[in-house]
Amino acid sequence: MSASTLRRRAFPANWSARATAFGLMLYAIYAFGQLDITWARLSVGFGEAGRFLARMWPPNFSRAELLIEGMLESLQIAVISSALGILLALPLGLMAARNLAPLPLAVATRGFVAFCRSLHYVIVAILFVKAIGFGALAGVAALTIASMGFVAKLFAEAIEEISMKQVEAIRATGAGFGAVLVYGVLPQVASRFIGFSLYQLDSNLRNSTLVGIVGAGGIGGTLFAAFKRFDYDFVVAILLSIIALIFIAELISGRIRALLR
Amino acid sequence: MNALMREWQRFTPMERFTRWAVYFALVVTLVWAVRNVEIIPEFLIDAPEQMVDLLVRMWPPDLGHYHPAVHHALVETLHIASLGTLFAFIFAVPLALLAARNICPYPGVNAFAQLLLVTSRSVNSLVWALIFVAIFGPGAAAGTFAIAFRSIGFVGKLLAEALEEIAPGPLEALEATGAPKGHVLLKGAWPQIAAAFWGVALFRWDINIRESAVLGLVGAGGIGVVLDDAINFFQWDRVATILLTILVVVVVAEIIVTRLRAKLI
Repeated sequence: MSASTLRRRAFPANWSARATAFGLMLYAIYAFGQLDITWARLSVGFGEAGRFLARMWPPNFSRAELLIEGMLESLQIAVISSALGILLALPLGLMAARNLAPLPLAVATRGFVAFCRSLHYVIVAILFVKAIGFGALAGVAALTIASMGFVAKLFAEAIEEISMKQVEAIRATGAGFGAVLVYGVLPQVASRFIGFSLYQLDSNLRNSTLVGIVGAGGIGGTLFAAFKRFDYDFVVAILLSIIALIFIAELISGRIRALLR
Repeated sequence: MNALMREWQRFTPMERFTRWAVYFALVVTLVWAVRNVEIIPEFLIDAPEQMVDLLVRMWPPDLGHYHPAVHHALVETLHIASLGTLFAFIFAVPLALLAARNICPYPGVNAFAQLLLVTSRSVNSLVWALIFVAIFGPGAAAGTFAIAFRSIGFVGKLLAEALEEIAPGPLEALEATGAPKGHVLLKGAWPQIAAAFWGVALFRWDINIRESAVLGLVGAGGIGVVLDDAINFFQWDRVATILLTILVVVVVAEIIVTRLRAKLI
């Protein structure tokens, strides 16, 4: 046997990666068949897309009043639901932290928080719309549930990562539970809490522009109505406004984060 | 003597002022929102009563409804999510390569790729679904494309960030041997981002499972369609079954992803 075949190859073929790629390709072909997506249908669709885009241009801002009203309502929903969600998440996060709360309580709270997160906010919004009627209240309730679950999980994880030395030091002075929280726990997590809260405000702003599709208030209702009436130029105007709003919000929250750091 | 008694402060007066200004602005926004939001008091008062009523109507769940209607819709949802994720990667990988400044040295191209990624991310998957329903007509095709187009921005951004963080050494070494660009990427860049790549893929697949469950509300196929039907017919026991199904699938997907990630990384 020659020496060259014994020498290790510099770049051996990665057969498991190739097998994975091949498997995914087979799956894609199978799934296309299952979903009944055919080339004929797609090519018709691409033709439609051209007409669709043509009807979208130019954006129609003539109904600005309706647009602004909807955007403001979305903004209100986002602000209120973020505030409520964060307020509710504070005690929940503490109760779910395994290093501070008794284990059964932590496990139960974790289960509840996971439940709040597992249903998509639009589904929660539908349920609230059916239960408490159309309008901003349903949107606020749905987004509050979602933010509560999300922020409480992050809070709990942040609290579990703190150094217990400072907590023990405060406890050793004979401080009560409240004082331990304020002087031992809070200083270690405050900046991360603010970061999570800002992030949640951002994502609530995105989500609040959407809950209107199921009747829970905000610009989403206007958007859905415009789609149904085939007012595609107004649709584009709304979409552009939403993107602008999200972009501005991201800029502002980025600035705030830099300021508070 | 006096100089030693100085009171030390963490922030300068200007910093303190801006901090207070930010807090003040937040409070003012909240107060404005609470005062102006349109909430009908009657709805607020009987909300608890209505919630209880809804829950009573949902109990017990009509589990007989699961097979076959919900089951088929569920399988469709899983296909939409998986195929959408796969599709997203076909577009996201080239865009990520173009957006990464150390791979593609042209700032104009970087900026253009970033713009496409941001656009894809800023439009929600439900809105993408509305657009694709208008293009392809109602059905799973619209849902698949909606999931794919929403995921491109997310996946592309994370992959581009992973690419920008890789060590330049292996790339330079390969270039020095005269390896063509494709080989440099495959043997120099890919091994460094493989873990991040699979992590992103699994993460997005998990998100897409959740998101594809609601696409049916706007007619883009999947379990959302049967959910919408059940709600419109006020068949709340069926709604409960569907919600339970979604809940179980979401939890199972999360467990699978956590397991796989622990194995891969």
